[in-house]
Amino acid sequence: MFRTALRNVLAHKARLLMTVLAVMLGVAFVSGTLVFTDTLSNAFRNQSAKSYDKVAVAVTLVTNPDDPKSVPGLSQQALTKIGQLDGVEKATGRVSGFAGVPDKDGKLIGAGWSNKGTNFSPGKDGKDPAYDFAKGSGPVRADQIALDQETADKGGYKTGDTVRVATNGPVKEYTLSGVFTTEDGAVNAGGSLVLFDTPVAQKLYLKAGYFQEISVAAAKGADADKLLGQVKPLVPEEADARTGQELADEQAQMIEEGLGTLKQVLLGFAGIALFVGVFLISNTFTMLVAQRTKELALMRAVGASRRQITRSVLAEAGVVGLVASAVGFGLGVALAVALRSGMSAFGMKIPGGPLVLTATPVIAALAVGVLITMFAAWLPGRRAAKIPPVAAMSSVHAVATTKSLVLRNSIGGVLTALGAAAIVMGAGAGGESGRMTIGAGAFLTLVGVIVLIPLLSRPVIALVRPLLTGPFGVAGKLAGQNAVRNPRRTGATASALAIGLTLVTGLSVLGATVGTALDKTTTDQIRADYMVTMASGEGLDKTALTALEKAPGVSAVSPQQAGYLELKGDFASASGVTPGAIEKVINLDVRSGSLASLAEGKIAVADKTAEKKGWKVGDSLPVKFSDDKTGKLTVGAIVKDSEFVSPVLIDAKILDAHDVRPYIPQIFVKMESGESAANEKALITSLGDNPAITFLDKKDIKDTFGGAINMMLNIMYGLLAMALLIAVLGVVNTLAMSVFERQQEIGMLRAIGLDRRRVKRMVRLEAVVISLFGAVVGIGLGAFLGWAIGQTFKNSLPGYALVLPWDTIGICLLLAGLVGVLAAMWPARSAAKLNMLSAIKTE
Amino acid sequence: MTTTSYAHRATAVAARAQDLSKVYGQGETQVVALNRVTVDFRQGEFTAIMGPSGSGKSTLMHCVAGLDSFTSGSVRIGDTELSTLKDKQLTQLRRDKIGFIFQAFNLLPTLTAMENITLPMDIAGRKADKEWVERVIDMIGLSGRLSHRPAQLSGGQQQRVAVARALASRPEIIFGDEPTGNLDSRSGAEVLGFLRNSVRELGQTVVMVTHDPVAASYADRVIFLADGSIVDEMLSPTADGVLDRMKAFDAKGRTS
Repeated sequence: MFRTALRNVLAHKARLLMTVLAVMLGVAFVSGTLVFTDTLSNAFRNQSAKSYDKVAVAVTLVTNPDDPKSVPGLSQQALTKIGQLDGVEKATGRVSGFAGVPDKDGKLIGAGWSNKGTNFSPGKDGKDPAYDFAKGSGPVRADQIALDQETADKGGYKTGDTVRVATNGPVKEYTLSGVFTTEDGAVNAGGSLVLFDTPVAQKLYLKAGYFQEISVAAAKGADADKLLGQVKPLVPEEADARTGQELADEQAQMIEEGLGTLKQVLLGFAGIALFVGVFLISNTFTMLVAQRTKELALMRAVGASRRQITRSVLAEAGVVGLVASAVGFGLGVALAVALRSGMSAFGMKIPGGPLVLTATPVIAALAVGVLITMFAAWLPGRRAAKIPPVAAMSSVHAVATTKSLVLRNSIGGVLTALGAAAIVMGAGAGGESGRMTIGAGAFLTLVGVIVLIPLLSRPVIALVRPLLTGPFGVAGKLAGQNAVRNPRRTGATASALAIGLTLVTGLSVLGATVGTALDKTTTDQIRADYMVTMASGEGLDKTALTALEKAPGVSAVSPQQAGYLELKGDFASASGVTPGAIEKVINLDVRSGSLASLAEGKIAVADKTAEKKGWKVGDSLPVKFSDDKTGKLTVGAIVKDSEFVSPVLIDAKILDAHDVRPYIPQIFVKMESGESAANEKALITSLGDNPAITFLDKKDIKDTFGGAINMMLNIMYGLLAMALLIAVLGVVNTLAMSVFERQQEIGMLRAIGLDRRRVKRMVRLEAVVISLFGAVVGIGLGAFLGWAIGQTFKNSLPGYALVLPWDTIGICLLLAGLVGVLAAMWPARSAAKLNMLSAIKTE
Repeated sequence: MTTTSYAHRATAVAARAQDLSKVYGQGETQVVALNRVTVDFRQGEFTAIMGPSGSGKSTLMHCVAGLDSFTSGSVRIGDTELSTLKDKQLTQLRRDKIGFIFQAFNLLPTLTAMENITLPMDIAGRKADKEWVERVIDMIGLSGRLSHRPAQLSGGQQQRVAVARALASRPEIIFGDEPTGNLDSRSGAEVLGFLRNSVRELGQTVVMVTHDPVAASYADRVIFLADGSIVDEMLSPTADGVLDRMKAFDAKGRTS
């Protein structure tokens, strides 16, 4: 039987082409993901091992500089003592934090989070082994710095030049003493690294004479564990001292975990692509079996059992799956390589390393490809086994029965109804549990709709038939009828497309809804013209606030200074603001009391919090500040909850009195003459042209939220592209099958006078009808899901309202139509080129 | 060409092949399917083309009907010379001037009987001549089944729909390729009866390829092909006469 299966595969090479392609793409996605993540994790692991290569023991001490009671850091004395230990070759102290450098236009080089500054720590030979100097040497004076090669190139800095460096305080000027190369993570991530003289770095980032980290290089033959034992007593108890090996292992594990998430996401999308492929494969095998009815019946007649027939179909699928998976695996490896170089091209520096090919991706690729193909061929195989032996004798081809559609439709109807009910329920419930219910409902509905789709195809396509017959005449009429001739096949083809488009539409509805709500929040709540932040994500210096208050043209300035208060025994996050200015920069809807009371040292509380705690205007609440001092605060106003400030508002000066280092994530500025380039320039100048400070106007604020959403959506669309591509292959496949099966008909139509152009048009329109049908189902379902999930965010998103992204929906429909036209290109051509005589000739 | 007793009914020629040759392949492997065939099909005449397998009878019909290309010679349908026509014009010619009846019926399963009958007019974008179509349907005897789809009709009924389709657009000539090949003898006789009636009563011109002497006996004239040439012709044929003539060719073929 296996030989028969093999022969069959070889005999139907062309008709199996699309199946092979679909399996191949799915397998390529899976194996590409596995190989890529393996390679990446290996490269990162090697890099981290290399960076800890010379580190025998490392000590880190994370301190809170705001807490006067805590240990300030690892002292110089400790460092010296460690350096004098037996078996220690060198002990290096490090202290680091944010440092940004402007390019020629005054803009920050790097993304903010990847701009790092640290101390240059030369040994006796005057060299720091972590940095290789290409030009000049390390900074040894307070006014000197060194830069990494790429940053120096981007900024056009040469040794001896003056460089403006922004840290968390005002910008300072330094002289460039040298340019170096390094394996430092910040630089590898596309950021920048500034080296300071050690005392400068200590003052900038911690405290004179203290380090955050000490790394110990062992002399030859010294045991790391023994060293660790010797180092531990020399450092404060709070410090974390570990061997380099431990740290390397820990980092490797973190990398593994990080990549594990990436791997799961990618595999999830690969799963969707493969799922879509199932429909295509199933269609192909259904057709192959239908065409071989006589042959299979003959096998039954000469004594093959039902099981043997099913097995022969499955064996055929297995062979196809194996071949496709093998090719797909090769493609996956190529994909992994391309992905790595693609990421490098986008500025993400990935440490070099060999391509890692383990057994897992090979086995996974083959297993996934073969099993998926066989699974998809299982139903057609069972159907093949049901062909009665007598069919071999009858001259008429067995016509596909429609009786089992009754059962199918009932099951589909029940599933869809249950799923839809769950979705509506979930939408009503809201929150996390609501989303879980919706997820389950979405799955049921999707399965239900896929089961129901053959039934849906007739009435839905019948609706559009007048549109086809009108402008396209007889070709349109025939196309409309052909599209519903084999409802199962049309259904499966449309399903494949619908799945991808359900996800795309669902995501874009959600994205548009959330994006619009956020936009509205911004517009409603922000009265300021500018929001000032640090690019590093750290806090702004208090001097920035004073400078902005004095800047020309400014009408109101208030910080949003983050603080924590213990109010009546519970921690509450508070925003330190400037009384009198805050209501001019943020739209605070006062429910009761007055914001003027802030100036009297009273607090304003958000309505939701006040309601929960039962606080009213005039209540006096016991408070404990961050320095453990206690007192009483009176509620002066209840305001509407806002996205831009914490639930408790207080005069920033009160927080200042208790915080050693006030943390100001944002400052809001209102100008007398609104937003303008000149005003922005004036503000930038007032802060000393600091490249590390970002000025966001209202549009920028919207973009920070919206931009993140859009980027995520685009990535997901990109990942769904594979599923859509396979769906398109499915349309090609179906059309090719249809044309092949209807050769005789097409020949007759040509004979009685249908010209080639209209034969092509007929095939094309059929493809367009099927694609659009799938698109409409998918978009409908996607919009429904998007609405439902959006509903669950209703409570947490002020200004929530369902937004249907008509442009995206329009593009989807247009693309679906285009997909139809493109998918029909080859089948339509072969239909038009059909040899009339052989087509109308009878067997 | 012999003058026939039907000359008074059919003066004009509906289709004419002159020195028609069709050659497949080249050199050693060259096969001559049609060898300088000259034949007229007169208006209002029912002609049967007969011959053993491989004699070229189907090829002759395909070439004259504009379904196949030929190597040399000339084919005219009415006044139109086919040899110079491009595919598009040929398609239009088939659409407007020729009707077809196939062995395998070749109806579109998605269309009703009535829609199948009017399909050529639909393709041409013409309105069907209602009276004429009704007359054809009456003659064929399908009035009760016009809304049925082909799958709901018997083989004989399907072929009657096919005959009606060929007649409905009033083509200048109808070609049938073994139209009774897939039918039992009773249904076959019915279909042949309709074809003969269409010639007698409607003045239709019909050319039919067949290998069945009984079918050929319905025709006004039978032409016999062998090895790509017309070897004989018989007027007012009978089944026995045709059978005898065929046997004679077979014997000749075997001895030569």
